[in-house]
Amino acid sequence: MTLTIRNASKTYPDGTRALLPTDLTVGEGEILSLLGPSGCGKTTLLRIIAGLETPDAGTQVRFDDEDVTRLAVERRNVGMVFQSYALFPNMSVRANIGYGLKVRKVPRAEREQRVDEVLALCRLGDYAERAVTALSGGQRQRVALARAMAPRPRILLLDEPLSALDAALRDSLRDELAAMLRQFRITAVFVTHDQAEALAIADRIAVMSQGVMQQVGRPEELYREPVSSFVARFIGNAMPLPGTIADGHLILPGGRLPLAAGTSDAEVFVRAEDVHLDEAGPLSGTVETVAFSGGHYRIGLAGVTGETLFATHPGRQAPRPGDSVRLRIDAGDLLVLPQDRS
Amino acid sequence: MRLTLPRLLQLAVTLLTAAFLIVPAIQSILAGLTVNYFRGLSSGFTLRWVGEVWRLYADSILLSMGLAVACLGVTLVIGVPAAYALAKNPGRLSRILEEFISLPLAVPGLALALALLQLYGSMTGFRTSWTFILVGHVLYTLPFMVRSVLAVLMAMDLKSLEESAATLGASTVTRFRTIVVPNAMPGILAGALTVVTLSIGEFNLTWMLHTPYLKTLPVGLADSYASMRLEIASAYTLVFFVMIVPLLMAMQWATDRAQRISR
Amino acid sequence: MANRTFIGLCLLPLAVFSLAFLALPLVRLVMASSEGTEGWGIYLQILQTPRYLQTLLQTVLVSLAVSVVALAISTTAGLFLARNRFPGRGALLSVLTLPLAFPGVVVGFLIILLGGRQGLFNTLLPGHVVFAYSLLGLFLGYLYFSIPRVLLTVMAATEKLDPALEEAARTLGASPYRVVFDVILPGLAPSLVAAGAIAFATAMGAFGTAFTLATDIDVLPMVIYTEFTLSANIAMAAALSVLLGLATWVLLLLARSFAGATVAAGG
Repeated sequence: MTLTIRNASKTYPDGTRALLPTDLTVGEGEILSLLGPSGCGKTTLLRIIAGLETPDAGTQVRFDDEDVTRLAVERRNVGMVFQSYALFPNMSVRANIGYGLKVRKVPRAEREQRVDEVLALCRLGDYAERAVTALSGGQRQRVALARAMAPRPRILLLDEPLSALDAALRDSLRDELAAMLRQFRITAVFVTHDQAEALAIADRIAVMSQGVMQQVGRPEELYREPVSSFVARFIGNAMPLPGTIADGHLILPGGRLPLAAGTSDAEVFVRAEDVHLDEAGPLSGTVETVAFSGGHYRIGLAGVTGETLFATHPGRQAPRPGDSVRLRIDAGDLLVLPQDRS
Repeated sequence: MRLTLPRLLQLAVTLLTAAFLIVPAIQSILAGLTVNYFRGLSSGFTLRWVGEVWRLYADSILLSMGLAVACLGVTLVIGVPAAYALAKNPGRLSRILEEFISLPLAVPGLALALALLQLYGSMTGFRTSWTFILVGHVLYTLPFMVRSVLAVLMAMDLKSLEESAATLGASTVTRFRTIVVPNAMPGILAGALTVVTLSIGEFNLTWMLHTPYLKTLPVGLADSYASMRLEIASAYTLVFFVMIVPLLMAMQWATDRAQRISR
Repeated sequence: MANRTFIGLCLLPLAVFSLAFLALPLVRLVMASSEGTEGWGIYLQILQTPRYLQTLLQTVLVSLAVSVVALAISTTAGLFLARNRFPGRGALLSVLTLPLAFPGVVVGFLIILLGGRQGLFNTLLPGHVVFAYSLLGLFLGYLYFSIPRVLLTVMAATEKLDPALEEAARTLGASPYRVVFDVILPGLAPSLVAAGAIAFATAMGAFGTAFTLATDIDVLPMVIYTEFTLSANIAMAAALSVLLGLATWVLLLLARSFAGATVAAGG
């Protein structure tokens, strides 16, 4: 199914504009992630797709050729995984998963068969008769997913499906969830505030901020070619290089960097992995902090820009705090973005 | 537990208080089973007074049981949906409404009974029927049902549960039936036991609302205290204890359970 | 069915019932208080009649005494039961909370069994020891049904106190007595105020117990009852009821805003 959203917006009765007019298309079988900090409107957009939120007039939500904007949530045939999972505590795992089929009056035999299929698909067979209160976080998540998928929805919507889990579990379940979503071959929209989650799971990512869709694209595109400083900072934690631009160079307290010809009136960013320690480099700075994180060192440098600049250093040895070092940033690694006017 | 002087004093106060509460209750149980209380326990034990109570007051006891069941039915029908509606709209208006229906907890039963009599006293058919007493009982017990169910509903994530049921295709009525009511059960059970217990023991309103032909158990008790010999009054009290104590214990168990869930 | 409609339908029975049997009767009661020869002046008349003032004062004093004593006893017992574990604790707790569902008339009868003519004290002690029908008997009756309510409130509040506060005070060198007065009682204070107010309001409006014991004592509920039944002075009965209801309601409202307790008045 193809999801098409035109001009979607939401204004609360108190005047708060949670979502400014937004267009979005999600293709057949595509997994799209809505990514942004809390309060950016991503959950509002998801709830408008589900039919749980009444959007402002003028909004149009289409499932393929059908306009569902005014269709009640219970008739939309969407599958949704809630942040808290919202499993029904009065029912067993099997009854939870069968609920959507039961309220649609699917005959018992067919219902049982479908539930068994989904149980197997989500590796929940051993837990079918358990109470949902007796499950671990990861199992609950799978039940929530199985329950949403059992009625064969037209689209799967996931609201922060990993945030209820503790950090250690989250990383391992992220890849598992990505694999399961691929296996379902369903159009899916999933909301997260965690860029690592979005990068790992989604085919395309829509970055949102303050009710506005900033950029939509493949993960690599967003990472390598952000269109705004917000996207650059939010994806991959790009650091600003605040300096003055004069005759084709960026002038920083720690030295000068050549820029592409004709650059003026721009903000320049760089990521920590693109800042290299190099004795012949054009920039100089002083080591402030050194943190070892297994595969590399994370080095905090003073004196290069006004603030602390971080470099990811892959060597087996690192300089010590207080050492003076020279740095290199390759011209191709600089993210040159238009000034943020807001 | 180490017994220090302050602990001993606390224990003494606790035991004395317990004695103050339990001794007269035991007295009344014994008196109801003694042949002649004035002569003491040596006069022997008998069930004669209990039999006498049944002969004199069976109607009252049965009326109270019937009233309690009817009261439970009405409070369920009115209270459970109302608690759901209040839980769905936790605004100022809901708070005011909840406060208003809780008035019968604060305003003495005597005043409420007078108010009911002022308005409906002249409608003879209604005034003299058992439904008039029922109204009083529902008035007094309804807030307990509403609050008990409301507390459980507010404690669970009602919004998410209902929304997830809706995305799965359940209509409003189906959600109420299959999600809301089953999950509110601990609160409904605690509320139901409270309603039955209070209805059976209700006196303040009932005394004003009853007619000579419709005496409830506690009204009969007051009647027996005023006009019967001590042994019969005691035996009647004993019958009341036998009915109310198990109910009270079940009610406390159910309320504790509902509160644990609410936390 | 749309969501809004369904929620409206859910509230409808409650709305109809409380309008018909709570709101309208209460309005009628207030109106009835003005339908005597005095009109609205009846409230002034109450304040100018020594008998009513005497009754009001007596009711307030008894209720106040009951609240204070019930608080003292229940706090002592409640703290003891909440902080100690020993065989028989459960049984003791049951005994102390059992009277919760006893109607006022039964409590009155139990006091008669203690202090009446055939009562325990008159049988065991030499001389004529009958106090059931005196102010003391009424006081004991009110105390009887107040103790369980206050006790439960105190114990619930004690369980919510953070034990780390007491431990912190102990590590800072406070003696057990100081801990009680510096940590525990201040922590319980809101609940104690609320419980006291509930006990007071309940005692003010208690009818059943007074009906059995206070044949010769003027307390407000009994005066309302006699004005209504014997004197057929309906306006006065209504006016006194309005005053009593207003007083207890305001008191409990204040108490609730203090501690959020929900306890029934009754007795």
